[in-house]
Amino acid sequence: MSEVIYVLSWLSVTVGAAFCIIGTAGMIRMPDFFTRAHAASVPDTAGAGFLLLGMMLQAGLTLVTVKLIIIGILILFASPTATHALCKAALTRGLKPPMADGEVISKR
Amino acid sequence: MSRLISLFAVLFLFWVVLSGFFTPFLLGAGVLCALAVAWLANRMDVVDHEGHPIHLGPRLFTYWPWLFVEIVKSAWMVSKIILDPKLPISPTMVKFTPGQRTVVGLVTHANSITLTPATISIEVAPGEFVVHGLTRENALACIDSEMDRQVQRFEGQRAVKDAA
Repeated sequence: MSEVIYVLSWLSVTVGAAFCIIGTAGMIRMPDFFTRAHAASVPDTAGAGFLLLGMMLQAGLTLVTVKLIIIGILILFASPTATHALCKAALTRGLKPPMADGEVISKR
Repeated sequence: MSRLISLFAVLFLFWVVLSGFFTPFLLGAGVLCALAVAWLANRMDVVDHEGHPIHLGPRLFTYWPWLFVEIVKSAWMVSKIILDPKLPISPTMVKFTPGQRTVVGLVTHANSITLTPATISIEVAPGEFVVHGLTRENALACIDSEMDRQVQRFEGQRAVKDAA
């Protein structure tokens, strides 16, 4: 493995790990359910994405990389669906999101 | 028919990639399993423009790179908000009309909104999206956004005619 790819993969894994830690800190710091969901989507998307990219660079052009791409596509479809379902369920069950303006802004 | 053949090809490719063995027995078992799943999916009537959208074709590969850049940009922005000692959030919900006409287009737009950190789509219906944003600017930026136009380009003109 060439040195350049090694350094790139190392960088990518570090960035992904940093996004995961920041997202976790955000989940603790945010005040309510909906803003916590926003913080949780940072490790879900950017965190997982950079970690996968780093691992792909480590694996090179092998079957492992193809499997990592499949995992990435799965996350790409499953994680927003789960987040949407959770938030909609919370809203339906009567959890009121605190809003800066106090009401839904409607633009048509 | 072309959709069924394409579904079979994708399923068999998936089998080969996950197994990684190229013995006649395992390849044969893969063909049988892919055939069985394609047959069942056809019986369940889910092999249509929603379940297996091959008509999107290469446009998928021009939309995703654009989306990935957006995800990284907004993840960086949310990270800065989280690390800010003052935690400068102003949660806002907006209601607006998305520009997509097909189901696949609407789902792609809603999923893209949720995938980019700082915005979550909560209500999704043709002609009405409700989006929760971490800050007022994030939420308002979803109305008539560049993402809306990108997804319209992605769903294409032929797809719009099919749905009409």
